[in-house]
Amino acid sequence: MHVDYCEICDGKNIGTYSTASLLALSIIDLCETFYCHLGVNVPDHAMTFRSLCNLLQDSVTPFVVSVHAKECAAVKLLIQKVLEQLMGRGVSVDEEQEDDTALLQRTQCTIIFPQRTESLTNSDLPQSLPVVVIFKDFEAFNSQVLQDFILICSRYTQELPFIFIFGIATSPSAIQHRLPHSVSSLLCIEVFHSLSCTQHLASVFDKLILNSQFPFKLSSRVIQVLVGIFLYHDFSVQNFVKGLQFSMLEHFKSQPLSMLCCQKQEALLSAKTLSKKNVERIRHLPSFMRYVETQEPQEQVQLLTNDEHVKEVCQQLLKNLHKYHKNYYPILQCLHSLTSSLPKFPLGKHIRELHVSCIEKNLWETEEYDSALQLLRILAKDELVAALRKCAEILKSTKILQNVLQQLEDFIGRLEALEEDSSGNGIISGKMEYQRTDLFQLQKTLLEKESRRTKRMNPFEVLRSQVIEFIDSLVREYLTPAELQPLNEVCYYNSSGVLRQRLNVTPRTSIQAALSHPFYYLQNESLKTDAGTISSAAPDLCIVYKLHLECGRLINLYDWLEAFLTVMSAAEDQDTNSEDARFIQAVSEMEFLGFIKSTKQKTDHVARLTWGGC
Amino acid sequence: MVSTPLSKWKLAAITSAPCGAYMNYAEGLMASNIPTSPQETAVDFQEMGLQDKLLRKPTNQSITRMSVTLQCPGYPEDTLRSLAERLPCRETQLATLLALMGQPDQYSYPSVFIYGHRATGKSHVVLSIMKDLELPHASVDCVECVSSGLLFHQVLSAFFGPDAAALLPRCPSLSDFVRLYKQMSSNSPATQTRYIILDRAERMRDMDFSLLPALLRLQELVNDNVTVILLSEIVWEKFRPNTGCFEPLLFHFPDYSKAELVQILSWDHHPSYTPELYASYINILLGVFFSVCRDLRELRHLAVLNFSKFCEPLEKGEAKESDIHKLWKNIEPHLQRAMQTVYLREVSSVQWEQQQMDEKEATTLRVLSAHAHIELPYYSKFLLIAAYLASFNPARTDRRFFLKSHGKIRKTNFLKKHEKTSNHLLGPKPFPLDRLMAIFYSVVDSRVAPTASIFSQISSLVTLQLLSQVGHDDQLDSPKYKCSVSLDFILAISRTVGFDVVKYLYDFL
Repeated sequence: MHVDYCEICDGKNIGTYSTASLLALSIIDLCETFYCHLGVNVPDHAMTFRSLCNLLQDSVTPFVVSVHAKECAAVKLLIQKVLEQLMGRGVSVDEEQEDDTALLQRTQCTIIFPQRTESLTNSDLPQSLPVVVIFKDFEAFNSQVLQDFILICSRYTQELPFIFIFGIATSPSAIQHRLPHSVSSLLCIEVFHSLSCTQHLASVFDKLILNSQFPFKLSSRVIQVLVGIFLYHDFSVQNFVKGLQFSMLEHFKSQPLSMLCCQKQEALLSAKTLSKKNVERIRHLPSFMRYVETQEPQEQVQLLTNDEHVKEVCQQLLKNLHKYHKNYYPILQCLHSLTSSLPKFPLGKHIRELHVSCIEKNLWETEEYDSALQLLRILAKDELVAALRKCAEILKSTKILQNVLQQLEDFIGRLEALEEDSSGNGIISGKMEYQRTDLFQLQKTLLEKESRRTKRMNPFEVLRSQVIEFIDSLVREYLTPAELQPLNEVCYYNSSGVLRQRLNVTPRTSIQAALSHPFYYLQNESLKTDAGTISSAAPDLCIVYKLHLECGRLINLYDWLEAFLTVMSAAEDQDTNSEDARFIQAVSEMEFLGFIKSTKQKTDHVARLTWGGC
Repeated sequence: MVSTPLSKWKLAAITSAPCGAYMNYAEGLMASNIPTSPQETAVDFQEMGLQDKLLRKPTNQSITRMSVTLQCPGYPEDTLRSLAERLPCRETQLATLLALMGQPDQYSYPSVFIYGHRATGKSHVVLSIMKDLELPHASVDCVECVSSGLLFHQVLSAFFGPDAAALLPRCPSLSDFVRLYKQMSSNSPATQTRYIILDRAERMRDMDFSLLPALLRLQELVNDNVTVILLSEIVWEKFRPNTGCFEPLLFHFPDYSKAELVQILSWDHHPSYTPELYASYINILLGVFFSVCRDLRELRHLAVLNFSKFCEPLEKGEAKESDIHKLWKNIEPHLQRAMQTVYLREVSSVQWEQQQMDEKEATTLRVLSAHAHIELPYYSKFLLIAAYLASFNPARTDRRFFLKSHGKIRKTNFLKKHEKTSNHLLGPKPFPLDRLMAIFYSVVDSRVAPTASIFSQISSLVTLQLLSQVGHDDQLDSPKYKCSVSLDFILAISRTVGFDVVKYLYDFL
C-alpha cells in the first residue's frame, strides 16, 4: 500500500497535464478508521498515517503536515496548525498573539518556501517540493473550514504545490457531499483503498495465533469473544491486539502453572524443579485428571502419590503438547486450503473458524466435516491435484511431517500418472466441475455418484477415495481438540467470562446492580434482602433508587420523600431532622448518575430517564 | 440627467447586457461629481457617441468594435492593444472599465461592484488591467481575511510597503486603518488612482458590519484618489446593509455564449495539429458538455483531458484531419462516459486515462458507487437501521411495528393530517436516544447487552456523519439525533444483514 503512495507522489511531480493545479490524494480507509472505543481517540489508522507520514518525509518531501479535526475548528486554527508543523516550533504562533499573525505568516511562508526548497534540493529540480497536508479524519472536519482552506491554498499553487491527503472512513462520495463543486473542481482526486479490516485481522491471526512459535494460546471461547467484539462492535484490529495482550496478562496472573508456558527447553527445565504446591495443582487440573483415569491402576497410584514421577510425566506431557502444536498448524492450513474452495464453505470461509471448531471438539464428528468430505469426494481430478499441491507447498515450507509430505507427493504422482489411461474419465469429471455451484445439480450428482459407486469404480475414483481417506486420517491424528490434551491449561487461556467482563463493559448494568444489591459491593450481611423489599439499613441512594423504580415518567418529589420517610421510620434509631437533607442529597446523587433530570413540565416533579433492566 | 441612486441600480440589475452596463456607467458618471475636467468628459462622450446611443440602444457589435479602437488617454496604446488581445470576448467590459477608470491621475468613482458567474473573467480582466498598465493596486482575496485586520494589513503593505503595515496596532479597527492610511497618503499623495480589489467580496458580509459601508466610501474617508473594486458571484441586493450605504457602481460580467466559449477554448490548441482541427474538436466537446457545464475552467480541463483520445485515429492513420464525422463518431461515446465520471471527480484524471488505456479489456467502468463501500460493524448497521426507522416513522406508529399484539391500526384514521404526507418527502425527524435504543433492541435478533461499546458506536456514527446530533441544550441527559443517510443507503445496509427495512417503514405500507 505504501509503495503506491510514493509512486503517486513522484508521478505527480512529473505530471503537469491538468489545468487543475492542485492535487489531492484521498485515501479511503474503509473500515480501519472506524474507531469507536470509549473516547479513546487512537484509532487503528493512526499507525497507518504515522508510517505514511514517515515514508513521505523520507522519500518525497520534508514538508509533511498532519492535522486532526479536533484541533482545527476554524480556518485560522487550521492554518496555524499547518504552519506550526511546517516551520518548526520556533516560529510557532504563541497563543497570546492575535489571529491575524498566523495568516500574515502564511503569506510570508509562500515566499520563504521556494527559498527553503531550493537550498534543500541544491537547485537540481526546477520545481519546488510539494507541501503535503494529511487530514486524518475528513468526515469530522467542518466543511466550511475545509473549503476555505482549499480555496486559500489554490491561490498559492503556482509558487507552492500542495498535496492533500484525506483519510476517509466512509466512501469516496463523502468528498462530493462535503465540498461544493466549485471547490472540488480545484482538486485532482485520486482514490486509494486500504486493506479491509477483516484482512488485517486475518494477518494478525496468522502471525500471532495460528503459530506454534508462541507458547501462549487462546481457547476457542476466548477467540470467539475477541472475534465477536471485533466483528460486532468496533472493527478495530488494535483493540483486538489489546484484547490479546490483556488475556495474556490475565493468564499469567491467574494461572500459577503458567510458569510452564514458555519455550520447550525452559518449560522442561522448570517442570523438573516444580514445587510441591505446583505438583498438587497439576494433579487438580481437569485435563491431568482425565489423563490419570486412562492409565493403569498401578500407574494411577504412582501419579497420585509420587511427586517425582509426576514431574517426569509432566515433562513428557509437555513434550507431547509442543509436538502436537508443531503438527497441528500445518495440517490445519492444509485442511483449510482443501476446504476453502468448496461451495458454501462447510468448514468456514476463514481459517479462524476452522481453528475454533478444531480446538473445541472432535472435528470429524461434526456434520460440517462430513459434508466437506462429501464435496471433496466429487472433486474433479485437476482440482484435486491443484489442492493437494497447495497442501504439499504448505508442508514443504514447514519442514516437518516429512512422511506426510512424502505420501502426498506420492498421491499427486499417481493422480498425474492416471492421465494417459483415463482420458474418458477426465471429461466426465470436467463436466462435474461446471455443475459445481448449483445445489440441486450437486445433490443429483451426489446421488448419481452413490449409485455409480455401487456399480463400479474407475481407477481415478479409487485413487480419489484413497486420497480422501488419507486426509481424513490426517485430521483424526493431528487435529484432535486442544482442550482434550493433557496439561492444556498451562498454555491455553480460557476464562472467556472474565475477558468479556473486562473488554465489553456494561457500566449501566453494574451501577444498577450496585444500587439494587448493595450487599455485593459493601459486603455487609445485614444488607441482604429479598427481592422486592427495601431495607432501611441500605445507603440512602439505594433506597431512593429502589423507590424511583416504582414511578412513572414523572416523579412527584413530595411523594418520593414520603415514601423515603416511611422506609426510614422502620429503622429504630432515627433523627428526623436530618432526613430531609439526606433525601435531597440522595436525589441530587441520582441526578448526577443520570437517572433523573429536572423538568419544567410539572412543578415539583423530576423526569425519569432510564427504563427497564438495561 | 441626474437620477436617483435607486433608479441607477435598478437599471443595472434589469439590463445585464453590456450596453446596459454602459448606460449604467454613463449615468453613474453623470450622477457623481467626479472631479475630472469638463473638457475631457465631453471628449469621452463624443468619442463613444453615448449621448445619442443611450436612446438608440446600440448593438453589441458596434460598441465592441468601437471600444477596441478606443484609445484611453494616459495609457500606452500598444499595451492596451495587447491587453485587448489577451482578453478575448471581454472587449466590451475592458473598454467600459478603462473608461470608468479615466486617466491615471483623475479621480475615479469611489467604488465599483463587479458581479457575474464563476469563470466569467472578472478577476482576470481586472487584474490584467492592473498588471499591464502598472497601476498601483492592492489585490485581496476575502477568503484569506479571517479578520478585518488582515485586510488592512494587505492593503497598506501593497500601497505603502510593509513598514507602513507594521504600524498597525495589534487588533486594528477601521479607524486605525483610516488614520494610518491618511497619514501615509499625506506623505506620499497618490499621483495615480489607487485601486483596492476585493475578490470574493461576499465574504465581507460575515465580517464587521461597518466594514463594507466604510470601504464603499473610502475615497471620501481618506481623502485620497482611491477606488475600491468589489468582485463577487452574487448580486448587489444581497450585500446592501440594513442601514443603507453608498451605492457602488454596478457592473455585470455576462456568461460567455457558446460561440465565445468556442473562440476562447480554441486559443489553447495543440501545436502539432492545425487550429481548425482543434476548433472542430471544441465544437464537438461543447456539443456534449454545453448542456451540463458552462464553466470555462471545467471545460478547459475536459478539453485537455480528452484531446489525446480525439487524436487517436489521426495518429494511427485511420482518419485524416478532414474526416470530422469519423472523428466525431470515435470521440462521442467516450465523451458521454467522461460526463458521468470525470465531471463529478469520481475518478482522477490519471485514473481516467488509465481506464481509457485498458478499455478494451474491461468495458465496465469502475465507478465508485456510494454505498457498496462502507463497512460497518454488525451492531452499527443495526443502530443505523434503527436510527433510520426512528427518523422516518412517526413515533406513534412504533407500537404497530415493534409490538407483537398491536391491534389493528388503520393508516387513514390513525394519523393526523400532516403525518399523512410522505415522511420521506419531509426529511428526517429528530428522535431521542431512548427511542433509538428501544427500536434497536427490537430489530436486532439476538439479545444485546447495553455495553459501553454500543453507545460509543453511536458517537462513531455521528463522527462519520451518518447520524447527526440535534440541539445543544441537553446533550448529557437526553441527546437527540437525526439519521442523515438516504433510503438507498439504508436498503443496501439492511440487505447485508438480512433485514427487510421496507417492511418497517410507515411510508411503504
